[in-house]
Formats: sequence, structure tokens, C-alpha cells
Amino acid sequence: MNHLENKNTDSEGINASQQKESVSGNLKYLIVGIFFGVVFVKAEIISWFRIQEMFNLESFFMYGVIGSAVAVGMISVFLIKKLNIKTLDGEKIEIQPKTFNKGQIYGGLLFGFGWAITGACPGPLFAQIGTGATVIVVTLISAIAGTWFYGLIKDKLPH
Amino acid sequence: MSILEIIKEPWPWYVAGPLIGLTVPILLIIGNKSFGISSSLRHICAACIPGNIPFFKYDWKKESWNLFFVLGIFLGGMIGAFFLSNPNDVVITPELSAKLATYGITDYSGLVPSQLFSWESLLTLRGFIMIVVGGFLVGFGTRYAGGCTSGHAIMGLSNLQWPSLVATICFMIGGFVMALLILPHILSL
Repeated sequence: MNHLENKNTDSEGINASQQKESVSGNLKYLIVGIFFGVVFVKAEIISWFRIQEMFNLESFFMYGVIGSAVAVGMISVFLIKKLNIKTLDGEKIEIQPKTFNKGQIYGGLLFGFGWAITGACPGPLFAQIGTGATVIVVTLISAIAGTWFYGLIKDKLPH
Repeated sequence: MSILEIIKEPWPWYVAGPLIGLTVPILLIIGNKSFGISSSLRHICAACIPGNIPFFKYDWKKESWNLFFVLGIFLGGMIGAFFLSNPNDVVITPELSAKLATYGITDYSGLVPSQLFSWESLLTLRGFIMIVVGGFLVGFGTRYAGGCTSGHAIMGLSNLQWPSLVATICFMIGGFVMALLILPHILSL
């Protein structure tokens, strides 16, 4: 049980390191984020149009992006485990397993609805705002409100 | 063509996909961090409006890397749009363009279509559903599912987690149902 998992919740995006990052340590993630945001914009992954093409099965593009990202991710994780690669600070790399609950079905479907409407998952929302689409700030605030509302009613939902 | 000109062209999937996939080992190696973005929304709640909700009572500062990461995505979006931008319209398939034209969407100049997502359209029913309701579903759904495209579809599948496969399949089913069956009615509003 890690500190994010109070009452059977998830550990998505978890920091498995034992060390606390300083502000300067956190700058590494800012830089990785910048790189990631540039890829999002340059490959037009944050485009509402690309997401519509994907869900209308009109273009292979997004399937190619997600498929090749997963392939590279899988090979990387396999190599990290196989070769017992450590972090730069020499820590053992830990990846939390995902435990199944029905939230992955109900929540997954609801997120799918939102994804097709807004043409964005959470990451692209931040990049879209960066491109100057200021109204997406409202979408982001609404997404934060959705997350908060989930936290509020979580124990009443089927999991 | 100069390198800058090549960079300014839209990047193909076989460049973008592997670069995104590389984020997984980079985050693990530089600091034992599992790739996942929707968790940032939870940390924002925990930092700003925890209320008295147990779900938001945890040491969000330990997870602050995630907030730096999304701030970076925002800045990367800026750099991509203002310094490396493709001057041309978004190229979309003729099928989609024909479909969108029936709803009056004809402007492809931005990655985010300004005819749907703008401050003016926020006050219309269609705009409200797309901007506010859509965003709410993204935030509620990802947290209920325990992750988003990055946390489940990329990180979870990379680590061969079957619950992430279930989640990813449900994301896609939800997306198809919305895009093919429901969204046409919303766009007609």
C-alpha cells in the first residue's frame, strides 16, 4: 500500500522514489514535459480533428502513434526489468501493478465519451492551452471539477 | 529543405509514437516515476481544494514532479505553436471534412477548431456541452478508471497490466459510441 492508495484507489503517475525531489530536481520533469508538449503539437495529436478521424476509423494516424508508443514502452520496460536497470540515483525501478476494479470499465467508458467530445485527454488539454486556445482553460477547470466530484462520491460508486 | 523546415512540417506517427513511448523509460530512469498525466488533476485538487475528502488527503508534494511535468507540456505546447508551427491548415481526410461541413465546421486553421471551442461558443448549448461537460467527463472518467491514455494505454500496457487493457478497450468503446452515435446530435445543436 502506498500513500496514494487510501481506500483502494489508483497509483497512476506515482513517484516510487524514496527521495523527495527538490525544486531543481523537479526541473528535469519540466524539461521532459516541454519535449512531450512539443511532440504533441508537432504531430497534431492534440488536434480535435485527429481524434475524430480516429473514432470515425478514417485514418490510421492515431493508431500508429499509440501503437508505436506502446511498443517502445513495452520494450523499454522489458529491458529495464531484464537488465535490472537502476535509476540515475541507483534506486531499484519500481512499477506499481494495476489492480482491476469495475471503475476501469465505467470510468473508462465515461472518459471515452469525454475524449471524443473534447478531442483531448488530460495531457493534450495542457498543450492546447499552451498553443493559445485559452477557452480550454474552462475545459481544464471542468476536468479538475470532475476529478474532485469523483473524490467526493467515490465510495458510493460501484468499483 | 533545412532542418528547421522539416521540423515545422507535421511529424509522422512513426516519429511521434516512439518519442512518446520513450517518455516511459526516461521518467523511470531519471527518478522512478511512472508515466501518467491525469493524476496531475488529482494533485491539483489535493493541493488547492482538498475539502475534507479522504481521496485528496495524501502527500501531494511528494508527487509534485507531476505538476512540473504538466507545466512543461503547457510550455511545450507554446513552443510548438509559436516557434515551430506549421503555417498551413490542419490536413484532414475528405470524409471527415464532408461530415464536418454539414455542421458548419469549415475552419481548419487551428488544432483546436475555433468554430467549436471559443469563448463565444461557450455561451451556446453546443459549446457548453463540448467545453464544460466534455471536460467534466474527462476528469471524472479518468479518475474513476484510475488513469488515462498515458497512465493506462501507454504505461499500463507497457507493463503488461491486463486491467489497463480493459480500461483502454473501454476508452475506445466510449469514444466510438460518442463520436459515431451521440456527437452528431451535439454538433447539430
